[in-house]
Amino acid sequence: MSDYNVLIVEDSPTMRQLIAFALKRIRGVRIVEANDGVDGLKKLSSERFDLILTDINMPIMDGLKLVSLVRNDANYKTIPIVVITTEGAQEDRERALALGANDYITKPIQPTKILDVAKNLLRIA
Amino acid sequence: MQKDDERLVHSRGEEFLQVFKKGAEFTQELLRENERLRFRVLELEKSQVSGEPAPAAELKKLNERIADLEQEKQEILDRIKHVEEENQDFAARYLEIEDENNNLANLYIASYQLHSTLDFKEVLQIITEIIINLIGAEEFAIMLLDEKSDELQAVATEGIERSEIPSFRLGKGIIGTVAQSGENHFASDFDSYERDFSAPMVCIPLKIKEHVIGVLAIYKLLMQKKEFAAVDYELFTLLAGHAATAIFSSRLYSDSERKLSTIQGFIDLLTK
Repeated sequence: MSDYNVLIVEDSPTMRQLIAFALKRIRGVRIVEANDGVDGLKKLSSERFDLILTDINMPIMDGLKLVSLVRNDANYKTIPIVVITTEGAQEDRERALALGANDYITKPIQPTKILDVAKNLLRIA
Repeated sequence: MQKDDERLVHSRGEEFLQVFKKGAEFTQELLRENERLRFRVLELEKSQVSGEPAPAAELKKLNERIADLEQEKQEILDRIKHVEEENQDFAARYLEIEDENNNLANLYIASYQLHSTLDFKEVLQIITEIIINLIGAEEFAIMLLDEKSDELQAVATEGIERSEIPSFRLGKGIIGTVAQSGENHFASDFDSYERDFSAPMVCIPLKIKEHVIGVLAIYKLLMQKKEFAAVDYELFTLLAGHAATAIFSSRLYSDSERKLSTIQGFIDLLTK
């Protein structure tokens, strides 16, 4: 039985693996991967998650749309969401946070940064 | 006569009595002095028995003890300072090792992904993803060397159109020189760099041992990536090696698949 269920929504398999590898340093974490926003919503409907990490630029449904849908759904609105993206502009960050993202990480990815943010949102000391 | 004698006796008696009285007083005085001295002796004996030192000696002894303790305290403080310095060194080393570990993990995943397929297009896609996500480049081109024409041509680009990148002759310009020498090229000043397809900001040869099969030319970094960290340079070279092997293997496989398909076509034509 895992302590934390984490959903990674990212279209790049390499990127998904890099994020998963960083998160696996948290004890008791279980990772579920989704290819895009629609796949992410499908996975959300089938089980409970403690944290969502999502990219912005994805086919079919992008990350910002996913953030918006999750925040407007009473069943998922309390799940913390972290956006991981190449978009480094301040306005992109503000937009994501305004839609309800809890944190915003820019690429190139730094495993320690991902780990720190995830631990903080999962309330792990 | 008898009266004179009696008077003399009386006078002598009086005199003796006086002397006796004085003697008695003197004896009394001696006894009192003796008593006082005996009391003093007893006092001194008592103080010696209880071992109480004289105040000055006690003070001296205490001062010596304080000096010893002060010295001991200084030694402990010096030791604490030394341990704290050691601790800071260990903390810094821990961070370095953690960074190294993260880079190795990234490299492991990148090489695992690169060698997970033999499809040429997929390999190029994975290299592109790695350069964006791990290196933090926004505009770049993967160029391969055509050994027949000795020209380098772009086979994949990101942020720029492939048609925009001209071909470069081996040994000519920065790209051609990097492909010929096999040495990395980094622009001297990233801040003042302006995009020039013939002079990329970073140019890394894609090498299999000493054999160069192409180059990776970077023209722009992501806006949040201001500069390269020391580890990035190392990562570049390691990734370039893996990318080159993956490209080479996938091309060989694609060629052999193509040949096999052609041969199969001939066989089918002859046998059917």
